[in-house]
Amino acid sequence: MAKEPVLVVLQLSGGNDYLNTIIPYTNPLYKDYRKVVAIPDDQVVPLDNEYGLHPAMAPLKRFWDEDKMAIIHGIGYENSSRSHFRSMDIWHTCEPDKVGTEGWVGRAIKAVDPRKDNVLTGVNFGQGLPRAMMAPGVPVASISNIQAYGVLTGITDEEQRTKALERFSRVYSPAIGHGPVMEYLSNTGLDALKGADILKIAPQKYSSSVEYANNAIAKKLRGIAMVHLADLNTRLFYTQHSSFDTHASQLPWHEQLLKDCSAAIVDFFADLREHDASDNVVMIMFSEFGRRVRDNGSGTDHGAGGVAMVIGDRVKGGYYSEYPSMKLEDLQEGDLAPNYDFRGFYASVLEQHMGLDPTEIVGGNFEQLSFMKN
Amino acid sequence: MGSKDIALIAHLMRRAGFGATYEELEARDAKGYEATVEELLDPDSYGVPEFDEFIPARFYPAYEWPTAPTHPQANVVYHLISSPRPLHEKMALFWHMLFATSDAKVNGNHQMLQQFHMFREYGLGDYRDLLVRVAKDPAMIFWLDNNENHTDAPNENWGRELLELFSLGVGMDGHLNYTEDDVKAAARAFTGWTMSYRIPGLAYLWGFEYKEEDHDDGEKVFLGHRGRFNGEDIVDIIVQQPATHRFIARHLYNFFVADEVQVAAWKDTPPRDPDAVNAIAKAFKESGYEIKDTLRFIFNSDFFKDERAWFAKVKNPAEVVAGTMRLVGEYKEPKPGLTLLAWEMGFQSQELLNPPSVEGWHYGQEWIDSGSLVRRVNLMADNLGDATKPGTRYIIDRLASRGGMSPEELVDGCLEIMGYIRLESETRQEYIDYVKAEAGSEVKRGVSKKEVQAFEQLVTNVLRHIASSKEYQFC
Repeated sequence: MAKEPVLVVLQLSGGNDYLNTIIPYTNPLYKDYRKVVAIPDDQVVPLDNEYGLHPAMAPLKRFWDEDKMAIIHGIGYENSSRSHFRSMDIWHTCEPDKVGTEGWVGRAIKAVDPRKDNVLTGVNFGQGLPRAMMAPGVPVASISNIQAYGVLTGITDEEQRTKALERFSRVYSPAIGHGPVMEYLSNTGLDALKGADILKIAPQKYSSSVEYANNAIAKKLRGIAMVHLADLNTRLFYTQHSSFDTHASQLPWHEQLLKDCSAAIVDFFADLREHDASDNVVMIMFSEFGRRVRDNGSGTDHGAGGVAMVIGDRVKGGYYSEYPSMKLEDLQEGDLAPNYDFRGFYASVLEQHMGLDPTEIVGGNFEQLSFMKN
Repeated sequence: MGSKDIALIAHLMRRAGFGATYEELEARDAKGYEATVEELLDPDSYGVPEFDEFIPARFYPAYEWPTAPTHPQANVVYHLISSPRPLHEKMALFWHMLFATSDAKVNGNHQMLQQFHMFREYGLGDYRDLLVRVAKDPAMIFWLDNNENHTDAPNENWGRELLELFSLGVGMDGHLNYTEDDVKAAARAFTGWTMSYRIPGLAYLWGFEYKEEDHDDGEKVFLGHRGRFNGEDIVDIIVQQPATHRFIARHLYNFFVADEVQVAAWKDTPPRDPDAVNAIAKAFKESGYEIKDTLRFIFNSDFFKDERAWFAKVKNPAEVVAGTMRLVGEYKEPKPGLTLLAWEMGFQSQELLNPPSVEGWHYGQEWIDSGSLVRRVNLMADNLGDATKPGTRYIIDRLASRGGMSPEELVDGCLEIMGYIRLESETRQEYIDYVKAEAGSEVKRGVSKKEVQAFEQLVTNVLRHIASSKEYQFC
């Protein structure tokens, strides 16, 4: 049976520092601008003789060596917003010029499953629903703890809970004549119930030799692995790690974040590979902006152009787009100028990996990059 | 047991506040409905204490000097839960949802708190006065770029939203209320209304500053009037417009009486109760745009008191969170965890002080999605089902004091003591059947430890079920 493509979106919240993630270590401007936070040469993990990885990302180098990691340089959008919320909203809704309330992943879920055949087509690991996944009528399971996802999780006695859920299901059954709002509530409640019911099998079925670390991102990726391996036909996963907003004490802080993420990503793919379930999975990582070229003496402030990454068996590894110039005259208000629109990045993944028409999802035609193998 | 009005008072408290415990309902019922309305509207005259700012300030370091967005949010949540003047909090929330300003752009914890204070302090006063205050509010000025509105380079953002969202509305009865020229005129009139700059990153508030030299003093034509209008003149013209009376009336109807369609559809969709909205508009106008008098009119009107208005609104996350906390008796005093409540509201899609756009939050049915519904159900069910919460304990004890009850009486008793909650007959029957299956045909709290625990378990389960029902999503 041909496996349908699966996308995992890993959002790095807070503005991941591009310059210290993919380090232009041979460019003298790098050390000139970053008297305090520049990573010393002997610590950089070189990818080639121009760029290298932050040392904490060393575990990810194996994907680069396998040609399965794409690095998208200078990603962003015109008139970059340096506000976390606004910029993240823009990345979520693909609306840089006006406020959008619908998310690109929500639209993608609808495109993948227009008749809502599977309430678990889209799953978020986190609390609440990210705007990226919001679209009218699209059910999304938002899981903060996969062992305890669902309604009435406060009932600890299993037998009691089962009965309570049956009752819940009856109470939420659509009853004719109670109005459209009640009907909508009924449907939403039943979808959530159905999703939770299906999901509970995931931790039960799961067994793996991979031992993930005990931190937030590792737990989330492990949860995603569980759901993926349970064969529930989830096609779009979303999660986030934070906070990358390293205004101060950047060196230890960023190191910890990259360390935790890198280890978790390696474990995630190892887990999938162990179960022969990795070849249809692609993970993308992005942040709402990069950070300033010049450091502030302890960390860095909000910037513009950033970096996105793509990892997966079907990925054509390498650099895509261009590393923005660090020369003073080329900077935008002190920041790296973005040269590649993030909507093209989404479009590339949606079309080349998910097999969807991206136009309506990202709101237009944007230049794609060919980082997926044919 | 109260008078025949007690259930009506419960409805009033859900709308004019964040609900009330059974004890509070009995106390208010003793005074009567009209007296309760008066006390809510004019607490000063009835000896209702003010919220004591000193108490939370002593316990929460970031209360007065918020350093992160969750701090002012937690501050507001604490007010919503524990203020002895719930209508003032509810109106502050109303104005916050109308004059939607987002910390996402303002990026000023202090500043946003200041704005919410303004809505609390002046929210029941004169609407014209409030509009001017909002026009001078530095958070609003920055939010809608009026600091970039110059005589030689006007910026229409504030001028437009003032007309579109804060007063007239786009259109009424299918026709437009203003033209693009009106927007331009309004923008010109407000040139020079800017903010004095603060030092970035420090906890100093912006102030309002009027820059005469940046003000376009020329003649404008606005809604058919001609003159060298300044901002306050525009406000004076605006408040006289029937469209304004209708728009604000419809907002008040939507917030206090029953869910309307989204505002974007108001131009072409008539109100669900046009007579009621017109009556509110009339009362608003005749009161001289006094919100207090308009609310008095609403709360005493048949369309509000009628049982068809009861439970006709989907609870907003503030009502879910603050309402639940009030009912279970949490956060009467400061203790840790307020930030989590503020976050919870965010997870339920109403992050205080940070609406998604100047259009505010979508309300009614749109509060519910597969993410928020699970959170709402779990929050309410977990709290109502927790006998360690003082409010839940009170409900258990109060029920126990009724002696032997049939399953129907137990379920109805729970509904009553939770605040005269209503369920559809099928739902109610479901819970009655549960009680019958668990405890037989007569339920009573016995004396032995085992019986006491069994009773407690039974009642908390019933409460949990009611709290998880789809009907309980409404207020």
